[in-house]
Amino acid sequence: MKRTHQPYTGSLSTDLAGLQLRNPTMLASGFLGISQDVFNKIYRSGAGAVVSKSISIEPFEGYRNPTLVSLEECSYINAVGLANPGAEAFSREIAFNKNVPIIVSLVGSSEDEFPPMIKKFDGLNILAYEINLSCPHVAKMGMEVGDDPEMVSTIVKKIKSNTHKPIIIKVGIGGIDVVKIAQVARDAGADAITAINTIRAMAINTETLMPVLSNRIGGLSGKSIKPVSIRCVYEISKNLGIPVIGCGGIFTWEDAVEFMLAGASAVQLGSVIGYKGVSAFSNITRGIKRYLERKGLKNAMEIVGLAQKY
Amino acid sequence: MRRNIDRIRAVVIEHIIEETPTVKTFIFKDNISSKSKPGQFLMVWIPRVEELPMSVMVSEKKGYAAITIRKLGFGSTALFNKRKGEILGVRGPYGNQFKIGNNTKKALLVGGGTGLVPLLRLTTKLNELKIDTTVVIGARSKEEVFFEKQANDFLDKTQHKVIISTEDGSYGVKGYATDVMSLIVNKEKFDTVYTSGPELMIKKVFDIGLTNSLSVQASLERYMKCGVGICASCCIGDQLVCRDGTVFDETQISGMIEFGLMYRDKSGRKCRFSNVKLG
Repeated sequence: MKRTHQPYTGSLSTDLAGLQLRNPTMLASGFLGISQDVFNKIYRSGAGAVVSKSISIEPFEGYRNPTLVSLEECSYINAVGLANPGAEAFSREIAFNKNVPIIVSLVGSSEDEFPPMIKKFDGLNILAYEINLSCPHVAKMGMEVGDDPEMVSTIVKKIKSNTHKPIIIKVGIGGIDVVKIAQVARDAGADAITAINTIRAMAINTETLMPVLSNRIGGLSGKSIKPVSIRCVYEISKNLGIPVIGCGGIFTWEDAVEFMLAGASAVQLGSVIGYKGVSAFSNITRGIKRYLERKGLKNAMEIVGLAQKY
Repeated sequence: MRRNIDRIRAVVIEHIIEETPTVKTFIFKDNISSKSKPGQFLMVWIPRVEELPMSVMVSEKKGYAAITIRKLGFGSTALFNKRKGEILGVRGPYGNQFKIGNNTKKALLVGGGTGLVPLLRLTTKLNELKIDTTVVIGARSKEEVFFEKQANDFLDKTQHKVIISTEDGSYGVKGYATDVMSLIVNKEKFDTVYTSGPELMIKKVFDIGLTNSLSVQASLERYMKCGVGICASCCIGDQLVCRDGTVFDETQISGMIEFGLMYRDKSGRKCRFSNVKLG
């Protein structure tokens, strides 16, 4: 059942926290991530890896619609509410994964919820775990945990002691500095950081005078948050030296390269899929490849963090 | 990059038609929606209550569109109870459309319930192209039959037939729409079958089509959150109903292992269709 390791040799081959990917693009958590068939399609479309929706120990229906508002400037606010099929059903969903590099995103409200979930997934053909400590719109989950350094440390240590797979911690813009939380996660044993999650946001419809999202508050993603994400990746990578996965408003190969120059070893795509479909993966990787050729570089990893020199 | 269609547009319900005691059509002014293609849908926002995917109904007034709603769950009942002058939000239209091939000279439309909406939008196209069209409308009983007059009116420029079937036999032919379909495909030759309605009905249409080597296009329905291809709530295998559909042809449907058997609930878990009709 284990995926036979195939070394990637092309200019896009990516090394990250002991993981080897064929290219630095990943499907961001929260997008399309509940179906093995869809994972297969995204991998065929050119993604280097896919990250599942955040899975909790029990299934969640999430919030009532509207759960998504589209804004100008290629951005969304969503308050899906961590809807997911739960660890049991999702482990059955991906039990027969053949060749897709799947990273399972997990969410929980206490450290004790993680070991039973890891028990369900650890024997499956998956690459790593991403721990969502930064969802901005669900009480007692995500950011409420991520804003508590002690809790972050406890959860990371607990997970590390229950698996040998790499642990990626997804951070966001909460009440405590993102670099501080990333540092706590690193010191507790995290192998990499994904930066950033969506940012708490809201939209009001002027004709009805009403908030649009059923939850009123949601998380902002897409182009609007890119400069903030770049800053976070830069600061975390420069100050902590831990591998970073960039996430937030990547629509073009130039966005991806900008994230890599800031310090990201890989990038996650999400909102762009709503605008351009899953072809975004191959378009962006092709663009990165051409950029490397133009700059006379052999491998994408050579540009990671280059902007930190200046 | 496209898509101001993603932004919610506030529309005012200007006219309401009571189709049956449980079905109403709301007419509103919205230029973008008025240009929807048959098979496309809108995400309809019922402020502070719900947002539902709904096929776009024809409105004969230029620049207007309509939606047809059956009172069923929490959201659809709230929508059903809306009055003239109240505001809804719409975004879209989303999705692909029914295709009319150059070789289509004779079309058969089989629909039930609010699944008739995309088929009625299609009849206006078939009428323009003067394609000989037979419409089979299935309902439980006489009082639940709607859109019979519209189907005849929209096909006024072409040769057409509208056949009604009711399960209790209180109007038209007794039986299911698919029983009527079985009978007429044995007698007449159709180039394309178009269908929309409860999935178990569509499955039957597809099976009859397969047996008779007919080309079938079906508009499918799934629970949706986003409407724009990012949440996967509506996925059937690797196909997203919101983006790759809503219309799929017989080849695509043949490849869908979950078709007629399973759907995903709000959490994303796979569930089996019981014998209860969608709607």
